[in-house]
This record gives sequence, structure tokens and C-alpha cells, in this order.
Amino acid sequence: MIALENVTKRYGGQTVVDDVSLTLGGEGVTALIGPNGAGKTTLFSLVGRLVRPDAGRVTIGGLDITTTPSAELAKSLAVLRQENHVAARLTVHDLVEFGRFPHSRGRLTVEDRAHIEQAIDYLDLDAYRHRFLDELSGGQRQRAFIAMVLAQDTRYVLLDEPLNNLDLRHMTEIMRLVRRMADDLGKRVVTVLHDINFAATWSDRIVAMRDGSVVADAPAREIMRPEVLRAVYDTDVDVREIDGKPVALYYG
Amino acid sequence: MTALDRPLTSTLPRARPGRAWVGVLAGVLLVVLAATSLFVGVSDVSPVSVLTGGPDGDAAFLLVASRIPRTVAIVLVGASLGIAGLIMQMLVRNKFVEPGTTGVSEFATLGMLVTMVFLPGLPVVGKMGVAAAFGLFGTWVFLRVVRFVPVRQLVLVPLVGIMLGGVVGAVTTFFAYRLDLLQSLGQWSQGSFATIMAGRYEFLWIAGLMVVVAWVAADRFSVIGLGEEFATNLGLDYRRVVAVGMVVVAVITAAVLVTAGMIPFLGLVVPNVVSLVIGDNVRRSISWVAGLGAVLVLACDLVARTVRMPYEIPLSVVVGVVGAALFLWLLLRRRSRAR
Ligand SMILES: Nc1ncnc2c1ncn2[C@@H]1O[C@H](COP(=O)(O)OP(=O)(O)OP(=O)(O)O)[C@@H](O)[C@H]1O
Ligand SMILES: [Mg+2]
Repeated sequence: MIALENVTKRYGGQTVVDDVSLTLGGEGVTALIGPNGAGKTTLFSLVGRLVRPDAGRVTIGGLDITTTPSAELAKSLAVLRQENHVAARLTVHDLVEFGRFPHSRGRLTVEDRAHIEQAIDYLDLDAYRHRFLDELSGGQRQRAFIAMVLAQDTRYVLLDEPLNNLDLRHMTEIMRLVRRMADDLGKRVVTVLHDINFAATWSDRIVAMRDGSVVADAPAREIMRPEVLRAVYDTDVDVREIDGKPVALYYG
Repeated sequence: MTALDRPLTSTLPRARPGRAWVGVLAGVLLVVLAATSLFVGVSDVSPVSVLTGGPDGDAAFLLVASRIPRTVAIVLVGASLGIAGLIMQMLVRNKFVEPGTTGVSEFATLGMLVTMVFLPGLPVVGKMGVAAAFGLFGTWVFLRVVRFVPVRQLVLVPLVGIMLGGVVGAVTTFFAYRLDLLQSLGQWSQGSFATIMAGRYEFLWIAGLMVVVAWVAADRFSVIGLGEEFATNLGLDYRRVVAVGMVVVAVITAAVLVTAGMIPFLGLVVPNVVSLVIGDNVRRSISWVAGLGAVLVLACDLVARTVRMPYEIPLSVVVGVVGAALFLWLLLRRRSRAR
């Protein structure tokens, strides 16, 4: 489990994450939603030991992240950031290989190689494996980063807006992959999504943030109600039932 | 994505086609240049004269006392300067940095001046240590300053470094002038292998040691090159690896400075050329950087030795011309790619 206990983060005078207590990783797939600036990325940074909280404590699998060696944590937690700028000229294969670093420390075993191949396969990247990252489209690059995180083979996986830059087909395929990572490989995925229909379709639980606080936390069906969405996004969202599933209409 | 149903299978890494022969070619070139370097010079040293004793009977002595040290020094300097540039570029995540564009060389030179003024009796290894400490401080200052420059301001980063180096260099020159030490200073600011002989180059093995360190930590430097977020996520102690990298860069800079003097552009050009072809996976590129660095310095030193026989022109002049041309080509190429 990933447990946040009364975690607060301030930037200057602004409280960006406000006394949040939250347990993540009980369900297979958890979607984290909320408007721009709600504090989702900051929350991930706190869990991913990139940002130190001003108050509170984060534990992963019972281990306090401030006292547990980073190399140890990297075997149970992988984080894909919202924006990834890699200046180095690396191939897709290189990048995925670095995902194994917590396990291999640079010396690849047969098992490491198997994980690399599997990740490249899962993300449909075989044709691009020897391409440099700057020779890929935005969506292909995004898939390469997801493959890297997958190769890291951790129980907990945090994905910050993994659907960025993806086309319709690959958005669906990534969500299907996320689902299978949970169902078949036993991983616990927490993913930031802006498209609440994707969140509702593919996740077991939705956590909604606003202004640094968790304002809703429930199974998808309970979140997909106009009054809840209004409270989260401050905008009117119509929700219809299509084929027994709630679908939010927010295209205008 | 039906691949999910497939079992985990292990496959061997696929060899990249077409690179092997380039490697062989580069290796042959390195050997040929090194051999040429042994037998080119004012005095007659050739395989025949070494065996027969030569006209004055000292060809074998010359070979051992001068030519072999010189050639070994060149290879060590070329390889280690290339690697210093490579590591620096991974640390800063910028392709335009090397010890010479970040103030590190200038700080190390200032360190040399300080030893001359305050500790003139210090043995060379001590001088090198002081220069390395100053170089390390210079790296630290540069990394501090550059933290305020966004990573993607590609050109601003080396500009800041060059300005930093300019200020430190000016201070050094000022004091050297006041203390009448300009001439000694010139000895380091113009790199040359003309004075290299047995007993005067062995410190370069310390640079060689740093090359080994870089080799061992190659994967860590690659990960650092992805940025602090990636490195942390992969469980790497970012600060520690950066610290190791800083030491590698500073020690190489200082060792080269006290033995051969400053050699511009090398640390910049070599890793960039390799990056274009091989990419930036340090594990893969490091041997190429070392090899190309050695080849380039060997070739430039041969030119420096032969162009005005029996005199030598400073190596730094030749490297400067070749390096500047290569650098311009890289810049222009970059622009045409961006378009
Ligand atoms: N390094 C920083 N310095 C100052 N303020 C910051 C910093 N990082 C984030 N913030 C502020 O914290 C708030 C939360 O940012 P965060 O990136 O966590 O939002 P988010 O929920 O991920 O938004 P988005 O959906 O746009 O990605 C924002 O108001 C942002 O301006
Ligand atoms: Mg965000």
C-alpha cells in the first residue's frame, strides 16, 4: 500500500497539497482526476520522493520513504512523470533497458532481458526499438516511456497523464494494458486521467482532487454523477447511461 | 496488444548491423597512428635504426625515453579529455559543455598559479592535486550557476560557462602579470607534447584511472543524463553520481593541464561526433569517445610535429583549428536538422 498521512506541501504561500491522508494501491487501477493545478502531479512527486513534504509522512509497503534506501524503493514503485524531456540521444531499447536499472544495476541478466522484451512487445514498439527517441512521434515516445516503467516491474506504478499525445487506438490500448497490468501481473496502478470517461471505464476507484484536497473518493459509478463532477470541476457535466455505463458528455 | 498473452521469452540482444567494421577500422587507425607517432620526429628513430642502433646508437634510447612516453601520453590525454567532456555533458544535460567551456580549466589553471606563488617547492603531484581541487570547485560553481538556467536553454549554458571561465582567466592573468609569471602560465595555456618524456608524463595515468572509473560507472552516468527525476525513480543517488562525475572531470582536467597543458575543443567535439552516430548510452559510446579522442590527438600531434620540421607548432593550435572546424560543422548540421 501507498499511504499518505496528513501530507502537506506548500510553494511560497500557496498550499498545493493540503493535509491529505490517503491510501492508494488497494485496488488494481485507481484513477486520479481533478482540474489543472489541483495538486495531482505534486502528490505523485511526494510519493516518488522528488519533493519533500512540509508536513506528514509517506510510506510504501510500510516503508517510510525518507528512511528507506532509494534503490530499494525503486523496486516497488515506478513513476512516469507528466512531462519527460530526454535530451540524450537514446534508442527505445536503451530507454527500456534503463527501466531495469533498479534490478540489474547495469548488468543485465537473462531475466532482465526477458522483461525488456516483454515491455517492448506490450507497447508495440518492436519496429522502433533501434530508433532514437528524437526520431519518434510524440505518441511513440510516450509509449517508450511507458515501456520503461513497465520494465521496471514494480508492484506500484504511478502514471501521470499516460494518455498524453496518444491517438484513439493507442489511448484505448494503453488503458487496456493498464487494466491487464493490474489483473494479470498483480500490479497496482494509479493513473492521472483528464478524460473521465476513460477513468470510469477502466478504473476500480476514482480519487478526485481539487485545490490540494481530496474531494471525492469512490468507485467509478458514484463519481460519475453531475453533482459530483460539478463539485470537482466547477462546470456542468451531463452524464448519460449508454449500454449500462455512465458516460459524461462535456464536448460542448 | 495480444503480446500480453505470450510467455516471457528471453532473446539475445540484437547486434546493430554495420557497426562492427567501423570499429575494426577505427582500431586499425589507432594502431597505425600510434606506430607512426613512435617513428616520426627530428631524430631518426625507425624499426631498423632501433634494431641496428642507428647512426648515433641512441635510437633505442630515444624510443624509450621520448617517443613511447609521448605516444602513451597522447593516447591518455585524447581518451581522457574525450571522456571528461562526455561525463560533463551527461551531468549538465547539455551538448556544448566541456571543461574548457565551463570555467573548470580556468579554475585549475588558477590553482596552478596559486601553487607557483605560495607553494613553489610542491612536487608536481601536489600541484596537480591543488589544480584538481580548484577544478572541482570550478565544476561546483558552474553547476550551481547553471541550475538557474533552464535545461532547454542549450546555448545559454555554455555561454554562462565561458563567461565564468573568462572572469577566472582574467583574474589569473592579472596576478600572473603582476607577479611576472605570465611565461610559466603560457606553458599550460598552450597544450603541447614537445616536452613530454619519461618521468614527466606519468601523472597522466591518474587521468587513465579516472577513465576506468567512468567506464565502471557508465550506466550510472547514462541514467544521470536522463535527469534527476528519472534517476531518482530508478533508485539512483543523483547527488552522489554527480559528485563522482565532478571528481572525474576535475582530476582529468588537472592531470592533463600539468603534463600537456590546455587542449581546447576536444572534450566538446569528440562526444558530439560519437553521439551523432552511436547515441548517448554511455556504456556503448564510451569506448568510441576514448578511441576517437586518442585518434584525433595522435593525428593533430603528428601534424604539429611535421608541419614545420624541425620545429614544432603547439598542439593546441592544431587541435584548435581542427576542433573549431568540426564544431562549426556540428552546429550547422544541427541547425539544418532542426529546420
Ligand atoms: N515547483 C513549483 N513551484 C511553485 N508552484 C508550483 C510548483 N509546482 C507546482 N506548483 C503549483 O502547485 C499547484 C499544483 O500543481 P500540480 O502540478 O500538482 O497540478 P496538477 O493537478 O498536476 O495539474 P495539471 O492537471 O495541470 O497537470 C499549481 O497551482 C502549480 O502552479
Ligand atoms: Mg499534473
